[in-house]
Amino acid sequence: MGVKDPAMGRLHIPATYIIIMILGLAWCLGLVTGLSVRTAAAETGVMGEALGMKLAKQAVKANKRWTTADHSKVDALNRDFTSGSQITEACLSCHTDASMQFEKTIHWTWRVDSEKPGIMNGKAGHAVNNFCISGNAMEDKSCLACHVGWNGVEDGVNCLNCHGGETYNYQEAFGDIQAFMGDDDPETLEIIKELQGEIKAAVKNITMPQRGHCGECHFKGGGGDGVKHGDLDTSLIKPNKMLDVHMAAEGADFTCTRCHTTVKHNIAGRLYTRPASAERKSLIQDDMATKITCESCHGTLPHTTDSKMNDHVDKVACQSCHIPAYARVNPTKMWWDWTKAGELKDGKPYSVKGEFGKPVYKSIKGEFSWDKNVQPEYFWYNGSFSNIGIKDGIDPAEIVKVSHPVGGSADPDSRIHPFKIHRGKQPYDKVNKQLVAPMLSGPNGFWSTLDMNDAITHGNKSLDVPFSGEFDYVETTYAFPITHMVAPGKNALSCEECHIRGSSRLANITDIYLPGRDKNDLLDGIGMIAVLGALFGVMLHGLGRFFTRNGKED
Amino acid sequence: MTERKLTKVYLYTRFERLWHWLQALMVTVLLVTGFEVHGTYAFLGFKTAVTVHNYVGLTWLILFAFFVFWLFTTGEWKQYIPTTKKLFDVVLYYAFGIFKGQEHPVQKSRGAKHNPLQRIAYLGISAMLLPVQMLTGLLYYLYNVLPGGIDLSVLAVAHTFVAFLLVNFLIIHLYMTTTGHSLFSHISGMITGWEEIYETTKIQEWENKATKKA
Repeated sequence: MGVKDPAMGRLHIPATYIIIMILGLAWCLGLVTGLSVRTAAAETGVMGEALGMKLAKQAVKANKRWTTADHSKVDALNRDFTSGSQITEACLSCHTDASMQFEKTIHWTWRVDSEKPGIMNGKAGHAVNNFCISGNAMEDKSCLACHVGWNGVEDGVNCLNCHGGETYNYQEAFGDIQAFMGDDDPETLEIIKELQGEIKAAVKNITMPQRGHCGECHFKGGGGDGVKHGDLDTSLIKPNKMLDVHMAAEGADFTCTRCHTTVKHNIAGRLYTRPASAERKSLIQDDMATKITCESCHGTLPHTTDSKMNDHVDKVACQSCHIPAYARVNPTKMWWDWTKAGELKDGKPYSVKGEFGKPVYKSIKGEFSWDKNVQPEYFWYNGSFSNIGIKDGIDPAEIVKVSHPVGGSADPDSRIHPFKIHRGKQPYDKVNKQLVAPMLSGPNGFWSTLDMNDAITHGNKSLDVPFSGEFDYVETTYAFPITHMVAPGKNALSCEECHIRGSSRLANITDIYLPGRDKNDLLDGIGMIAVLGALFGVMLHGLGRFFTRNGKED
Repeated sequence: MTERKLTKVYLYTRFERLWHWLQALMVTVLLVTGFEVHGTYAFLGFKTAVTVHNYVGLTWLILFAFFVFWLFTTGEWKQYIPTTKKLFDVVLYYAFGIFKGQEHPVQKSRGAKHNPLQRIAYLGISAMLLPVQMLTGLLYYLYNVLPGGIDLSVLAVAHTFVAFLLVNFLIIHLYMTTTGHSLFSHISGMITGWEEIYETTKIQEWENKATKKA
């Protein structure tokens, strides 16, 4: 092979072009292999818009609901009502099975079977939390403020709680009417007539459940706005797109029931020991599936087809990246310490307001802390929770996980999911080693007596759980899945929030190898020493050559 | 010491030079982005680093196939046949002789571009380190679409291990380019194809095997 051969020299020029062409070809091949392998299932996807986004837009294309019934023209509603149960009767005259259906749901019973024999979950069951602790089998009457019935549970289902288009204080109006009944005074009759008119107008205004209906309990549970969930508070009544892309008027403008789809008044989304949805299916796979999961509408290839992000969907829940923080507008309660409850100032119960205009101390409840824009904590989660109820044993030496997500890296149904963890200290039975359920409201309740021992005695009795008479306080945690308040795509987490040494959001998920976060200390140590050693070695060698002048003498 | 005569030899064809520098570029980019993905430092941002690393890695993988094809069709693979002949002499030269102004025991020629030490080093890299790196890299890249397979931590550790070896190679390789008759004579040889060498050592028969056509 001789370059001196002129023919050979010329041959090199086309060779260069061939090489450049090969490079171009190789690059294309690289792209094609890269793409085709990861998107074999996304044949229908169009480059540019993610397949998942296309699917989701399609799923909500027809957004105007229509109906053949106008409740203002219904005779059954065009009469005078003197009690709530009369209204429900009127509803049932057409919707014959409605209350029968509803009374079977957890929204009515507040109880649900658990896997453990003799133990019921739910607020009216044996479940406890670390807020107001227990519903005391509905003996704690203050809990009934949220219950979907007339006069608590006494007078049947109150349909208007979820279907009334108008916020109207029926209890007060009926109370007044009852009081005025039998009075012939024309002025009183006039007032009664006016009240009847108001009631009639309100009753005829029937809607599908709106955000305010659900939010009345789910935004304000635990004793006030935003106390419990962190991703559910009154800021979702009228959110902007930055807070919630699905509920914002300029976004998808969903009501709650757009995703929490309903069958016979059973509303999708309940989580206890069983997941809210057994499998994650898209509407393409099953058009009758609940829409409770992100995949229902967004599918399993939610990002543009060439995106590495699509590889995450089997192990990372969408919420983990797309809800960078919760309680972004209204604060949420993070800490509730019952040990501080019962203090008096000048012999009287008192309360102190803190940073967010929210109470940080109340004699009847103890000490609180609140926070806004909170970074979630992340755990493996298969959709279900493990709960510690009133009948379960605890180890008081450890922090008791009253409610905690179930899952693990080896479980194919588990993904890394964001949670709000509400921490606190609550009473437990020192002898029986169980959490206890102090009665709070009513004449024997802690809020009247400020006597914890007595409150526990009454509370545990309501649940038929023995109390030894000796109690102390134990630190507990309660987990809420963060799933609302989905931020616009551009606000989703950057890779470095997790793929980074030290400050990774997933620092506590230790059973997987996470690139960028993890390393083998031994390998990196030896590697660094070797690299420095090589640098040092060549430097020494070079200096040697410099000082010996490569053995040349000038 | 007497003045030694210099002569120019054409060592590296256009294809070889292009391949060398392209490979140098890809190795550098892959090391820089790879160690960022590894979490050693922040430079381009994790997402960009991953994307660049993936595409450059895949490109190299495919180009490497062409390179192997070229090696075998041209017979250039013979340049990589390891030998113990003069190996020890070369080691001794770099350890001692170079400081005493001794001559390199093996002279470069078109038929023997690599001295015995280079043969072993380049063979190890081309036939062992790079294929292992490409395989672990590909498995890493396809981790999500391949069923079962090796644990990601095993792949990552293997991939990082070879990366460290390649950094070490790069450091020594770069340094060794300065050991020609002048600091940049080796590098300019790889740029122009022509390298100036001392015209003293006779090229031995065994060294010429690669170009000896039947």
